[in-house]
This record gives sequence, structure tokens and C-alpha cells, in this order.
Amino acid sequence: MTPGSKTGTRRSLANTPVVAPHTAPRAAPHIVGQARTRAVRRLVVWGGAAAIPLIFLGVFFGWPVTALIARGFLTDGALDLSGFADVLTTPRTWRLLGITLAQGVVGTLVAVALGIPGAYILYRCTFPGRTIARALVTIPFVLPTVVVGVAFRALLAPNGPLGFLNIDGTFTAVVAALVFFNYSVVVRTVGGMWEKIDPRTAEAARSLGASRTRALWTVTLPQLMPAITSAAAVVFLFCATAFGTVMVLGGQGYGTIETEIWMQTVQFLDLRTAAILSILQLTVVALALWVSARARTSRERALTLVSDTTAQRPLNLRQDAAALTITALTGIGLLAWPLLNLLTAAFRDRNGNWTLNNFTALGTTGERNALSVTVWEALYNSLVIAFYATLTALIIGGLVAYVVSRRPTSPTGKNAITWLDALFMLPLGVSAVTVGFGFLITLDRPLGFNLDLRSSGLLVPLAQAVVATPLVVRTVLPVLRAIDPRQHHAAATLGAPPWRVALTIDWPHATRALGLAAGMAFAVSLGEFGATSFLARPDTATLPIVIFRLISKPGAENYGMALAASVILALVTAAIMMLAERLRTTTAGEF
Amino acid sequence: MTTSRLRSITATTTLLVLAGTLTACVPSSDSTPSGTQSPAAGGDTEGTNSTVTVVVHDSFQISDEQKAAFTQSTGYDLNVVTNGDGGALVNKLVLTKESPLGDVAYGVDNTFASRGITEGVFAPYTSPAQSPTGADLAIPGDDTLTAVDYGDVCLNLDPTWFKDNNIDEPTSLDDLTDPVYKDLTVVTNPATSSPGLSFMFATIGQYGEEGYLDYWNDLNDNGLKIVDGWEDAYYVDFTGAGDGDRPIALSYASSPAFTVTDDGTETTTTAMLDTCFRQVEYAGVLAGANNPEGGQAFIDFLLGDDFQNTIPDAMYMYPVTDSATLPDAWSQFAPVPPNPISLDPALIATNRDAWIKDWNAQIIG
Repeated sequence: MTPGSKTGTRRSLANTPVVAPHTAPRAAPHIVGQARTRAVRRLVVWGGAAAIPLIFLGVFFGWPVTALIARGFLTDGALDLSGFADVLTTPRTWRLLGITLAQGVVGTLVAVALGIPGAYILYRCTFPGRTIARALVTIPFVLPTVVVGVAFRALLAPNGPLGFLNIDGTFTAVVAALVFFNYSVVVRTVGGMWEKIDPRTAEAARSLGASRTRALWTVTLPQLMPAITSAAAVVFLFCATAFGTVMVLGGQGYGTIETEIWMQTVQFLDLRTAAILSILQLTVVALALWVSARARTSRERALTLVSDTTAQRPLNLRQDAAALTITALTGIGLLAWPLLNLLTAAFRDRNGNWTLNNFTALGTTGERNALSVTVWEALYNSLVIAFYATLTALIIGGLVAYVVSRRPTSPTGKNAITWLDALFMLPLGVSAVTVGFGFLITLDRPLGFNLDLRSSGLLVPLAQAVVATPLVVRTVLPVLRAIDPRQHHAAATLGAPPWRVALTIDWPHATRALGLAAGMAFAVSLGEFGATSFLARPDTATLPIVIFRLISKPGAENYGMALAASVILALVTAAIMMLAERLRTTTAGEF
Repeated sequence: MTTSRLRSITATTTLLVLAGTLTACVPSSDSTPSGTQSPAAGGDTEGTNSTVTVVVHDSFQISDEQKAAFTQSTGYDLNVVTNGDGGALVNKLVLTKESPLGDVAYGVDNTFASRGITEGVFAPYTSPAQSPTGADLAIPGDDTLTAVDYGDVCLNLDPTWFKDNNIDEPTSLDDLTDPVYKDLTVVTNPATSSPGLSFMFATIGQYGEEGYLDYWNDLNDNGLKIVDGWEDAYYVDFTGAGDGDRPIALSYASSPAFTVTDDGTETTTTAMLDTCFRQVEYAGVLAGANNPEGGQAFIDFLLGDDFQNTIPDAMYMYPVTDSATLPDAWSQFAPVPPNPISLDPALIATNRDAWIKDWNAQIIG
């Protein structure tokens, strides 16, 4: 893939006097020797940069998942593939696959359609309160699915304010919730790219007589395509593998491959069926990644990147009316309403009177000690764990993005990069149950270390990092890929060693994207439930775990505390997002 | 530029300070007794026997005082590892039986216990601290699991709703198929929820293997609503705990103790005591444990009055020992159902998965 590579490099050779290093082969022998050492050195550098993330992914994802699936295919030590016939001939399997695909595709399309105007308004225009608006948009992404599910159902249930819509327990309700959760992925990924695209290209088209719409379709959207497909791939994986949302909002008989894997593993311990469903899930994920990579490679090119302040201009109520209307309607109708519903409910007691009791109770362990830790202690645990998870994800994801952003000329090199890129997306598309159960059978004293990782608590941030890494890659990569390779070539020709090229060319661009990525990774870690619920110990329970425990118990106080704790989670997320935004936009001025 | 640089520095400093604070505090959270001991828990090198690693379901609660009391009375440090709900817990124990996750497991219930027993997950142990009630709750023919607590899954009612609508409260499973109670009941799916599974067992206990699906079909014809999770049914659909539209919801016999009015004189929900199925939660020493003696000591500790007294509040179950005391709200508003519907554990062991699958095929489709 890296299609841009082909056009990009060719263009660079045609247009500039710069001679790329690899174009000087038939020279004097000593130069050939130099070139070879350089090639070897390059291989060591890139190989090393790729090896660290690969080992990480291998140990904390690849090995556990493979081991669990393999166990499903082994009956008394012999390979048994008969399950394929059984599972794949059941109509139920195909029905679940159909729902999974429909849910993934429709959820993604709606999120992208609503998210692009949102990215424009929030990242290309300036207006008072924008920082807060950006942070608020991210809140749904981290909210515990069970709480949101219950909040959505409270709106949609026959007695709720939207009961007349009759969509309680339907496909529509599930998709609406999925869009609620994933809107910010599109807005942030596309917005991060959009704010740095040089507006002059589109302005040139306009001055040549193109209408605004035409300039948008023919110039701007193609430029954004890599970011849009990146975001779409992530959203599709989230939608296709959603668990909590589907469980609460999907009505009777609604199910997906993900919920079926959970049921076969947790309820029936039927690893044979679960393994085949996991393979099916992996196939869907691989297909989605392939489609996204194809779409991306046909569009990706070097762009002129500018500082975001250059590209932005004040919001114009007339010109931006369409985008503004869509964004306002989405923001108010889909995001703010359920959130406000949650917020007001958190300030009411069971008789509907206003109260602060739900919040003062956060310093306790709940009605008659429903919890082992107070909600504040859980928040502290969450922050510490998310900090380490984010750090890990930034290092691993940064390395991956850096390696994948290269444009090798050899077909092997290109293939390797395509695979590497896809590989690190997989954790988003594989069931948390498969990973969690896989951990159990592989991580007892792994690699000869005398440490039972399964019960050590160290695994929580690592498991969260595995899930956060793809988001870091997807946020940083479009920016790195958009850097004109001629800049690298020029630097290399001027004698800069690879580390110096990376430091002076890539790093300044990357830091801004890394800020955005850090915010995303932190949000993912704060909200992570699936893997954490398998691994967290009672004394280090995170906020989502505690919220889930509270809402799983009877008692108005426990329910109120669950809502109040969700509000705290939302506020902390918004604050951290604003901090990340601030860090990012201000460092932008430094190069 | 200057202000932006200044803001940048402020933001960076804030992040760094935050980071520093978090990092600085980490050792403290890792150096709790359980934290430092955890590496040894799974290893078979020296020092293993000073710690007991307890694998529990995610409703398990233990206070720091109780932990300290355990260490003081037995000399062992306690390392608690959570592993999902009851079903997930058993499956994890089965998967890891070659290299157990800990020394002792707590939270396996009678709807899942058979799988663990058949797979040889547990080692034999009979606690001298077991009470007569606890002994009665043991699984016939099994010498590995010790009953620690029990609770009953029952349909709950919202009496106010029935009074307001001038309808008599239903009292039996049979009543629910009466057209008078059409569109009034919400239960949870046995395949996805543990109370749902218990309720299915109640219907099998009542109507037999041959008759339970007919009963469910009748319920369906009478407007039954089935949702996937308890919180969904209880907080969204039930009129007694939320703004729902169904006054009959599946919950626990103990739930009415949590809907007591502010003045403490009455409760706004009641349990239908003739629709209950009893869940018993067990503890067992894991086969191949590093520290089986420590595991046994932990089981004895679970049966002690100090721990048993905390069970109702912390885990919503009734204690098994006869000397334990119930909280006031429980003794007043959450009586133990005198005659829960019973079902032979051996029958559950053999047919559990098939029943769920049949139910799923017939009722959900």
C-alpha cells in the first residue's frame, strides 16, 4: 500500500533537484559499499523500531488470543476442525453475522456523516467556547456502556419521553447509541488533519471559479480521505464489537458475533464454537481493515501542512450554516440530551427532589458498603492506571506510526508496512472475552519471569494500552504520512542521520498529533471496561468497574451514586481533554 | 507568542506535576501487603506459604479491617483476585486448573458448581466451622465445596401500582399467565444473566423439564418482557425502582430491604415468596494450590461470625451460620423464603446447557 509513496516519490524526483539516497546505485565501488552499510544500518534502525511494538503486541495480544483459539481447535490433543461445519451451517450464526455487519456499517456511516461537519466546525473554525465544546464531545466516548445504555433506555422505554418513537430494543436504538459513543472518534481524527491542511489549495479552486461545494468535494474531502478512512476503520471496529450497548439496548433476540462469543465462552465454556466465531470475527475485521487500507492508499498523498492557527478562521454563520446546523443538531439532540438526562438524574433522589447526596456519598463505600473502595479511591486508581496505559500506548503507538509512515520502495518493504499497520488495529476488533481468557492460559510466569502476571495487577494498564495503541496510531499516522517525503530526502542529502531527520522533520509535526493521541489514549483507558473487569483487583478497582458494581445492586442510593460517579468520570475526562488540547495547540507555535 | 508560550509552559507543568504526583503515589498502592506478595502467590519458590491468594467473583467485598483480622488470626497475608461473575469465575478456574490462579476460590454458585466439580478444579475439604444450615446446603455427594452464603431469586412486586390499579397482587407463577397480568412482567434472559438462569430453574422445578417451555410460551403470549441484564429490568422497566411500566420484575428476596422508605417504616416493593429459586455460593480449595492450608484457613474465616455478619450488606446474600445476625431492614422486610422451588443439583449438572439452548431456541428464536 502506501500509494502516496508511488506518486509522492515520483513527483518528488520529477519536481526537485534533490536526489534521494536510493537512486544512486551504479556509482563507484566505495560508494556502493557505503550505500550497503547505510542499507544495513537502516534495516537495523527500522527493524529495531518495529521490534519493540511487535514484541509488546505479541505477548499481550497475539499469544493469548492464538492460544485460546488454538485450544478450541484441539480435542484431546488432536486437531479438530469439525466445528466449522457445525457452526457455519447454523442459520443463527449467519443471522448474527448479518446483524454484526449491519450494525458496524450503519453505525460507521452515520458517525462519519455527522462527524465530518463536526470536525469542520470544531477544528477549522474559531468561536468562543470552542475548547469546551471539543472536550464535551469526547465525554460520551468514555462513559460506561451500561450506564449510558440504561440512560438511553430511560429515554426510549415506553414510559420515557421518547417512548412514542417505539424504538426501544431495536436496531435503531443500538445504532443511535453507537453513534453517541463514536462521534468524537470521527471529529477528533478528521479534525486533527483538517486543522493543518493549507487552506490555500481550496482557495485557489474557489478563485478559479469553483463553488464552495465543488471545492469541498474535489479538493478538501480528497485531502481528508486518509483521516476519514482511518476514523471509519476505528469506528467500524468499535461498532461491530460493541458489547455493553448491545446487551442493554438490543431487544429480545438481538445479538452479534461479539455477544455470541461472550455467551459461548462465559456461559457454556464451549471454546470450540467460540474459536470459530473468533475466526469469523477476525475475518470481518480483516476485511474492514483491507477495505479501509484500499480506500486510504488510493487517496494518500503528501500535503502542505500548516500551523492550525493559519488554517482557522472565525465561524461564519451564513457560509457555515449547513455544517453548523448538522453539528448543533447532533450535539444537542444526540449528545447533550442523554448527557443532561444523566446529569439531572444524578442530582435527584428517589422521590425526584433535588439533592447533593449522591455526590457526598462518593466519599463512602456506598449504601451498606456496596464497594471495597470509595469512588474517589477508584478515581485515583483510574488515573494512575490510565497514566501508565497512556504512556505505554504513546511509546508503542508512536513507534508503530513512525515505522508505518515510511515509504520503502521495495515491494517487500511496502507489504511489511501494510501488515504492520493492520496488525496493530486488531485489538479493537477482537473480543475482550477472548483476550481476557487468553491471558489466563498464557500469562502465568510468561517468558520465564517468575511472576504470575494474571493476578499481579500489572496487567490492567498493559491491557488498556493494547486497546489504546490503535487509536494513537490512527491519530498520529495521517499527520506523519502527510509530511512531504522531499523534506526527509532533503535532510538526508544534507547529511542528517536518520535520528536527526526524525527529530527535526517528523517530531515537530508528531508532537501535535501526539497531544491529541494522548488525550484519546487517556480517554480509552479511563473508560475501558471489558479487559479491566477481567483483571482488576478489588482494592485497585477503576471508576467504570465501581460504577458497574453500583448499578448492579438494588437501592436508590447505589443507583444515584452510579450516576454521580459517571458524572465525575465525564468531568475528569473533559478536563483532561482540555489539558491535552491546550498542550497541543500551544506547542504548535514552536516550529 | 509570549502568552501562548506561557500557556504552553503552564499546561506542560500541570501535566508534569499531575504525572509526578501519580507516579510518586504508585509505589504506595503497590506496596500494600497483598501487592508485594502477589509475585510469590503464583510461584513455587520460597516464601509462598505466607500468602493466601483468593480468587473471587466480582461481587466479593472485604474490608481492610477484615483483611487485617485474617492476617492476625492465621498469620497469612491475603491477596484477593477478582475474576468476573459466577459463571466466568468457574470457567476461568476450569481453564487454569493446570496452574491454578490462587489457593482458594469463593463465589461459585449452585448453578455453575457442577462444572467445576466435574472438571476436578477443587480439592476435598470439610470445614470444622460449618454450621448445620450450611451442611444442608452442601451439594450431595461432593466433599470439596463449602456453602458460605445463600440468596433467593424471586419476582418482585410494586404493591402501590396494584393498589392504584385495583388489581390483586399475583402470588404464584401460575398467576402470571392470567390475562389480568398481561404486559406486566419483566424478567432477564437465562443465557446472559445469573438471576435469569435461576428463574428458569424455578420454572423447571415447578413445571418439570417437559412443561417449562410451555409455561414460558404462555408467559410470552401474556406479554412477557425479557431483557439481557438485571439492572436493565430493575432500573428501567420496573415501576418499583424507576419510571418503568412493569410492576412485576425479577430480582432477589432481599431487594425489598433496599426500597425502605425514608422513615424506615415500610418498603415500597415486596418479593413473591412462592416464585423463588435458591442460589448458594460456595468456597473451595483449589486442586494444586501452593498453599492449601492457607486456603482452608480462609474458608474457616469465611464461616466465622465476623465475616458472616457482613455478608448481607456487602454481598446481598444471607449468611449460612445460624449465629450470624441480620441487619434490621433484612429481618423486617426481606424474610428468607420458607419454601423455595428446588431442583435436583445432579439434574442441573447434566442438563444446564441443553436447557438454556432449548429455551433460547424456543423463546427467543
